[in-house]
Amino acid sequence: MARAAPPEPARRSIGSPSARELPEGQLAYLFIAPTLLIVGAVFVWPVLYSLWLSFNRYNLSASPKATFAWFHNYQLIFTDSFYRSDVLQTTGRTLEFTVISVVTELVLGLAFALLLNEEFRGRTVLRSVLIIPYAMLTISNGLVWDYILDPTYGTLNVILQRWGFIQDYQNWLGTPNGAMGWIIAADVWKTTPFMTIILLASLQTFPANVYKAAEVDGAGVLKRFWTITLPLLRPAILVALVLRTLGAFRVYDIVYVLTSGGPAGATNVLSYYIYQQAFVDFHIGYASAVAYLTTVAMVIVILVYLWLLRSDSQA
Amino acid sequence: MIRRHSPLRGLLLWIGLAVFALFSIVPFAWMVISSFITKAQLLTDPFQFPPQITFDNYVRLFTSANDGIGSSNFLHSVLNSLVICTITTLISLVVGSIGGYAFARLRFPAKNALLLFLLAIQFLPAVTIIIPMYLMGRWAHLLNTWWILIFAYTSFALPFALWILRGYFESIPRSLENAARIDGCSRFGAFVKVVLPLAAPGLAATAIFTFLNTWDEFFFALIFTSDYSAKTIPVALSEFTSRHSIDFGLLMAGGVVANILPVLIALSMQRYIVRGLTAGGVKG
Repeated sequence: MARAAPPEPARRSIGSPSARELPEGQLAYLFIAPTLLIVGAVFVWPVLYSLWLSFNRYNLSASPKATFAWFHNYQLIFTDSFYRSDVLQTTGRTLEFTVISVVTELVLGLAFALLLNEEFRGRTVLRSVLIIPYAMLTISNGLVWDYILDPTYGTLNVILQRWGFIQDYQNWLGTPNGAMGWIIAADVWKTTPFMTIILLASLQTFPANVYKAAEVDGAGVLKRFWTITLPLLRPAILVALVLRTLGAFRVYDIVYVLTSGGPAGATNVLSYYIYQQAFVDFHIGYASAVAYLTTVAMVIVILVYLWLLRSDSQA
Repeated sequence: MIRRHSPLRGLLLWIGLAVFALFSIVPFAWMVISSFITKAQLLTDPFQFPPQITFDNYVRLFTSANDGIGSSNFLHSVLNSLVICTITTLISLVVGSIGGYAFARLRFPAKNALLLFLLAIQFLPAVTIIIPMYLMGRWAHLLNTWWILIFAYTSFALPFALWILRGYFESIPRSLENAARIDGCSRFGAFVKVVLPLAAPGLAATAIFTFLNTWDEFFFALIFTSDYSAKTIPVALSEFTSRHSIDFGLLMAGGVVANILPVLIALSMQRYIVRGLTAGGVKG
């Protein structure tokens, strides 16, 4: 080292490094200070600001000024029949989307994981294929489906008509159920690989001898699945379900690209509704209140999930 | 050891694999294929054989400027995405690794509560902060700049990076670090010289995840940008539908360009992705 030799006492402290350092607690806070500062500025502060906004009448298209209005916005959500039914319906649709797509992803993901866990030639290549939908941009996934489902030039219509399944071209996104169904399909396509990757990784950690023992005992394929595979997969399934449920509940991009919440609001999910209220109609105060309630509800769900995961791993 | 399988099992396996392959590849493959087909053919008979192959869609994507998109605009959105995602990834990695180390190794008051808080942030929807952040950006004249998006992305990327890195640091034996400290390294010195190099795979995985997540982000970018000074690729792509409603070839070419980087990164680093997903998820 180019520095001047340190005086004797400092040299003696080399054997016990902590002597030269801050106490552990203070050192830790020094280490996490940058994180806390940044998270405070880009998360905590906006969340507090949002709480304040939710107590204001604030319509950006009418006036740039917010006026304090106590619980006016929350009152709208809970007592005004018009707003209340809006919030209830969008929440219901979000839940419908979340439950159907996550359950479908779990079933498909589990099937694919079991398949890819078998031994066959070309397994490595097929496992790589998994990564493609996972890596693809959510927006361009939506755009591809937008093209495939186009009522006039869409590929699906061309194929189905050529094979004789349909007489005339269909407007797949034109009916409420069709629109919801295709949004779910597009989401399932994009996120099933996530499920598969997590479940496959867990399958690969299974000891081979449990299966052999079961085989010797004469247990059939289905019995082995129910009594060995599924119980062993339980922790991985739980984690995958938690992560995907929270992800699906936030759905926005695919709705924006494919249906814009339509037809007739049939795919107007919570995030899209808040977007419309805040950035199309500029009902900043009201939208903040809905967003705040959504956040509080999700925090509760997250805490319940974490508690579930923890008690599961201790069991 | 050679195991004999029944022919029925083989048949079922191959049917399953065929379904899987079709399911996984068809939409993506169709995007790539149709991006090389002429507009005329896509509008009349997309499956005409032999297909009318063309590079016109890509040429127009980067040259034509007959309307809002095209030429410099799309290229500019690529640049915006690259800059915003790279800076966000760097911030998250540097700050998150120092923080993650503290959570992995040191004892301090309120540690578990803070960790829980950082974990919960990652799962909250964009709507939690998008309205206040929009107003703050408007007030500070940061809308339509890289910075507002970097701030927004850091809000979820940093807690995510910290959480994953903490897991990696915990898996590194303490003994190596202790040896360095007995040799006179400070905590920070041991962290930089011993722990970080050992956690290199974890750093790589975290960088990949952070980059891919931010590259994919759409909602914040849509709200915070209204011109091409900061519009990212997803937003530029989403505008193709309204402006080029029947120009599917161009739309698909844009999709291919947008996906080259993430798909290549993911394919070449899949080992890290699989490990990262399972480490970050299962350990939590």
